Amino acid sequence: MSDETLLKTPFYDMHVAAGGKMVPFAGYAMPVQYPLGIMKEHTHTREKAGLFDVSHMGQSYIRSLDGSDPAKIIEEIMPSALAVLKPGKMRYTVLLNEDGGIEDDLMITRTFEPEGSLYVVVNAACKEKDYKILEDRFAGRLALEPLEDRALLALQGPKAEAVLAELAPEVADLNFMEGTHVTLEGVVCWVARCGYTGEDGYEISVPEEEAPALAERLLRNEDVEWIGLGARDSLRLEVGLCLSGHDFNASNSPVEANVTFALGKKRREEGDFVGSERILGELENGAEKSLIGILPTGRAPAREGAEITDMDGTVIGKVTSGGFGPTFGSPVAMGYVPAAFTDEGTDVQLLVRGKAHPAKVAKTPFVPQRYKRKKVS
Amino acid sequence: MLKFTEDHEWMLIEDGVATVGITDHAQNALGDIVFVEVPEVGATFDKGDDAAVVESVKAASEVYAPLTGEITGVNEALEGEPGKVNSSPMDDGWFFKITVTDASELEGLMDEAGYNAFVAGLE
Repeated sequence: MSDETLLKTPFYDMHVAAGGKMVPFAGYAMPVQYPLGIMKEHTHTREKAGLFDVSHMGQSYIRSLDGSDPAKIIEEIMPSALAVLKPGKMRYTVLLNEDGGIEDDLMITRTFEPEGSLYVVVNAACKEKDYKILEDRFAGRLALEPLEDRALLALQGPKAEAVLAELAPEVADLNFMEGTHVTLEGVVCWVARCGYTGEDGYEISVPEEEAPALAERLLRNEDVEWIGLGARDSLRLEVGLCLSGHDFNASNSPVEANVTFALGKKRREEGDFVGSERILGELENGAEKSLIGILPTGRAPAREGAEITDMDGTVIGKVTSGGFGPTFGSPVAMGYVPAAFTDEGTDVQLLVRGKAHPAKVAKTPFVPQRYKRKKVS
Repeated sequence: MLKFTEDHEWMLIEDGVATVGITDHAQNALGDIVFVEVPEVGATFDKGDDAAVVESVKAASEVYAPLTGEITGVNEALEGEPGKVNSSPMDDGWFFKITVTDASELEGLMDEAGYNAFVAGLE
């Protein structure tokens, strides 16, 4: 795809002005890094606040066409407890196929609309596929309404709350995985306390016309820097979060991909979702292979596609995400291995440029997640 | 004699041995370097072979043998401190030393002024 045909987010000119190195990503021209560099951008997000343009992701509303609960309807292909979501509450879930494989992962929020409509955010690279799956399966029952005129910003890091509270103090009252309407610089935005860096922070859905001015305002705070896709990837990998299409694909079940936290307790009991036979079977008996964390013993990063072998050199799996963890201070990776190799501390080898490098199976996250969850008192 | 290649490598040629590294432009383009793999002393390469690897947070890149020859020394310090390639690309961040076996391979390489003009033309 030539640069001319790449889509641009409303922040494109700002990225270029900020020195962003623009690369094609899921059909968009996106900044992979800024002059600060991936390492410093990563560290800045862990220590202060990083601003990410995630407008390429797919935002949409899902409404019911027959007055019934849209969340109950989509539960057919999503195994999380969605019908129970109260207004302003959100969940991470997965979109399943008939074989119990994961087509994509996504965030579902119950809006405050009286009919209980849902606000959905899906991965940029999957949005056309996801929309087609939803439209084909639920034709006549659900209406999918893509929000083409909305930008999406993520403000992530320990200073995110203080930065955003300067514009709207009420954002401090949100807990992790809660969202609400907030007026920022005179514009009504949807603000949710969530993200994909492992840090506390927010995602802000803002009308695209007003989006650049809001970003300018946030960047006026000296604790805020633009952060590119490069650091977004190292940040999410360090905290063990999956990248759709890499750490799982349509053949991997939620049990294999180690996202069983997305399976609602009641939903498991009922088994009322596609692919439940396989998924419940794997929950009961274990999956043949699973996604695990891997820590290379040396300094050589093993990247996506590197083969994993046992100590005899037999190939047992592949790295699905891997690189250097700037906060962890050494290389980190994730990949699939057979059940016999999933125990923490198991010795394996990673083939990097034809050479076997020692590594150990490790638990994720490699760096602790620091969400601001609701206090249980 | 200091020479440069279009692959953004430099070599300092002294007494029939070239000390090889990557340029400031190259380290800047790669970003923060987190790992360097140098060849083994005694290994032989043809001009253009992959001789070393330099990895940034984002990706791995090859460092080519700029000449045909044998490796006579490697910068062991880069194993523990790969960041030297960023902080001192033309000095402490050198990669390896390789013998000059065919002097004709030096023909057509750029000097520093020529390389700077080459880089300016890329921007």
